[in-house]
Amino acid sequence: MNTVESLVTQIQGLSGNSSDLSALHNYLKQAEESLRSELSRLLPFLHQLDPSVHSLGYLYILEACTSSPVWGDQRDMIVSTTARFITFCAAEQIRMAPDLFINVCKRFKEQVMLLEAPIRGVAPLLAATRKVQLNSEHLTPLHPDFLQLCLLAKCYKAGISILEDDIFEVDQPRDFFLYCYYGGTICIGQKRFQKALELLHNVVTAPMSTINAIAVEAYKKYVLVSLIQYGQFSTSLPKYTSSAAQRNLKNFCQPYIELAMSYSSGKISELESFVQTNREKFESDKNLGLVKQVVSSMYKRNIQRLTQTYLTLSLQDIANTVQLSSSKEAEMHVLQMIQDGQIHATINQKDGMVRFLEDPEQYKTCEMIERIDSSIQRILSSVELSLKIINYHKEKPFRCYIWAKYN
Amino acid sequence: MEADDEIYANGGDDSSRKPIISGEQLDIEAYAGLYTGRTKIVRLLFIADHTDNTTMQLEALRMAYDEIKKGENTQLFREVVQKIDGRLGPKYSMDSRWCDTVDRRAEQRKERLENELNAYKTNLIKESIRMGFNDFGDFYYAHGLLGDAFKSYVKTRDYCTTSKHIIYMCMSAILVSIEMGQFTHVTSYVGKAEQTPEALEPVSVSKLRCAAGLAHLESKKYKLAARKFLEVGPELGNSYNEVIASQDVATYGGLCALASLDRSELKAKVIDNVNFRNFLELVPEVRELIHDFYSSRYASCLDYLENLKANLLLDIHLHDHVEVLYDQIRCKALIQYTHPFLSVDLRMMANAFKTTVAGLEKELEALITDNQIQARIDSHNKILYARHADQRNATFQRVLQTGSEFERDVRAMLLRANLIKHEYNLRSRKH
Repeated sequence: MNTVESLVTQIQGLSGNSSDLSALHNYLKQAEESLRSELSRLLPFLHQLDPSVHSLGYLYILEACTSSPVWGDQRDMIVSTTARFITFCAAEQIRMAPDLFINVCKRFKEQVMLLEAPIRGVAPLLAATRKVQLNSEHLTPLHPDFLQLCLLAKCYKAGISILEDDIFEVDQPRDFFLYCYYGGTICIGQKRFQKALELLHNVVTAPMSTINAIAVEAYKKYVLVSLIQYGQFSTSLPKYTSSAAQRNLKNFCQPYIELAMSYSSGKISELESFVQTNREKFESDKNLGLVKQVVSSMYKRNIQRLTQTYLTLSLQDIANTVQLSSSKEAEMHVLQMIQDGQIHATINQKDGMVRFLEDPEQYKTCEMIERIDSSIQRILSSVELSLKIINYHKEKPFRCYIWAKYN
Repeated sequence: MEADDEIYANGGDDSSRKPIISGEQLDIEAYAGLYTGRTKIVRLLFIADHTDNTTMQLEALRMAYDEIKKGENTQLFREVVQKIDGRLGPKYSMDSRWCDTVDRRAEQRKERLENELNAYKTNLIKESIRMGFNDFGDFYYAHGLLGDAFKSYVKTRDYCTTSKHIIYMCMSAILVSIEMGQFTHVTSYVGKAEQTPEALEPVSVSKLRCAAGLAHLESKKYKLAARKFLEVGPELGNSYNEVIASQDVATYGGLCALASLDRSELKAKVIDNVNFRNFLELVPEVRELIHDFYSSRYASCLDYLENLKANLLLDIHLHDHVEVLYDQIRCKALIQYTHPFLSVDLRMMANAFKTTVAGLEKELEALITDNQIQARIDSHNKILYARHADQRNATFQRVLQTGSEFERDVRAMLLRANLIKHEYNLRSRKH
């Protein structure tokens, strides 16, 4: 009984500077066993500690508390306590025991999911991810959990904030796969198709010895997003793709490949009937919404093609060429596309004509110059990054390994 | 207003021009007169197979029958008799006695040739062996056994001592290959003949060019075919009648050139080409249509083409390519018509091309989508506006795109390298 109390006193006394903290850390490690034996009494002691000051000690006790299953009201309390702790804890202290912290966070996520309130976990997990992360290039095990919560809670914007960092350091391939897949899905939700494609592409082309479900699902979405973004899809994967992926992906995603083929014919009726017959498959994959976007993107693609050939065209002619039922509908499509900046045009409602204009961008504005400048800067940093790759290859045993494996 | 009239006159009728004469039916007698040997028969049979006109068909068959009777090909004879099917009266029925005599004589001759060849072989006289194989080739060829003929001719190769022999061998092989429709052989033997160390006679050069042109035409390489036909010299005359007539050189060469060469090349290689002009004189329609095309009288050019079409479809080498060539010529005409203008009135253009505005719009749309015409259609006012690509903007656009692609690729590459490294670390830790 004394042990917990004395432990709390120790924590309160030794949370000041780094040497104290490492002493405390040793002490806590030894006490871990005894903590587990007193699970039921631990929770009240947390109130005697301040999460922002006594983070390390708090973490140990909390970890012990959450290691056993919880029910009912207790669950709600644990969730709010943990949320508070994650938000206020000191990063340098919890980084002394990152595994414990990640355990706590993962359990926290499970609890939030069981409570069916994923939104409660979004902000704490974002904070947690930032605290565990050593630098912005580091992929933590918390990344996929956080993104999953964002998806469930539909907080896409929060998810985007973390996706904007470029990740290079990966501990666990599985984390990376999930990170890219969830990230891609979030970007799709935000209609940031370019970024989504990049993330999904990473999954599909990642080195893997056997095919995995994440890659298959990612490939399905990759096909659809390619169609929306570029209006075409090439089934040939780049040559650096693992042979497992090259061999198997297409077999697992047959309806999607066929959809892409049907899309390339440019006939809207064909595409629609194909979607109709394969509706169930798409629905069970939870991709039906995206498939519908593919279909409507075809109208856009066809209208865009018209802008290349025509200067003026009546709405009725547009409706006929892209197989819309009425000129009214054609007008809505054109209007929407003008709004989204996908075409440059004006509609003359008096005689029902659309006048297509050239891209007004003259590449002369300050913003454009800034954009070009930032692009140049990014490319320069990319060049530095590519030097990193070359440096890897200079490590001899590593080079031999790659040579043996990939040649 | 004057300018308008001028544009209109581009394609419009011009009363001073003489009427087009070649709409009429093919004169089979004159046509067959251009050829000798097996190709004459084959061409006649081809016409008989492909025409809808019964009189024409029977006429062709009758002439084929007469021609075959002069030779020794009993197999072809039986075919023709079957095709005639008694429609030309008893004079053109099955003549089994003739067949039997010919066949018997062929048996004997074959035996004699074999004996001779064996004798030559034991004596090891190169020249004689060559002659022996050659005789065999001629024999097989006359009896319609093209595959065996080809083999025999090719066998002479080992016994050729002078480059003249080699050329003879190549020529024979080319002839048989053309008859068989094996145009890959044609190309390779043309190549062999051209590689002989001694300079070729002008006639041989022309013959080889014709053969190469045919091979390219057959493999749909119209530009190369045009070049070859255009290089054929006047020496050809009637010397290659067993394969091609001078008129054909003009027609094939002219059409391929129209379909594939650009305007300056057309001027330099066709219109200003003295040699080829002589060929064109033989087929005035083709000459006229090329000149019409060059001087932008498209309506009349297309008229000529339309009139020629029926006859060209009966040509053994050209019939497969007529549609493609015509399409290409029409596209080129459309492109050339729009090229000099900043804006074109579609109604006038449709008039020049004898089509409707809507149809023209569709054709132009296809060409613009294909990036063959840089223009946009004002469908409201029915005007085509030329569009000049803004190099500067396009460059900016491409630079930005390339930049972001590069950046993305590098990042992805680094990631993959990291993943591989991780895998490697994992494995080295295990060991």
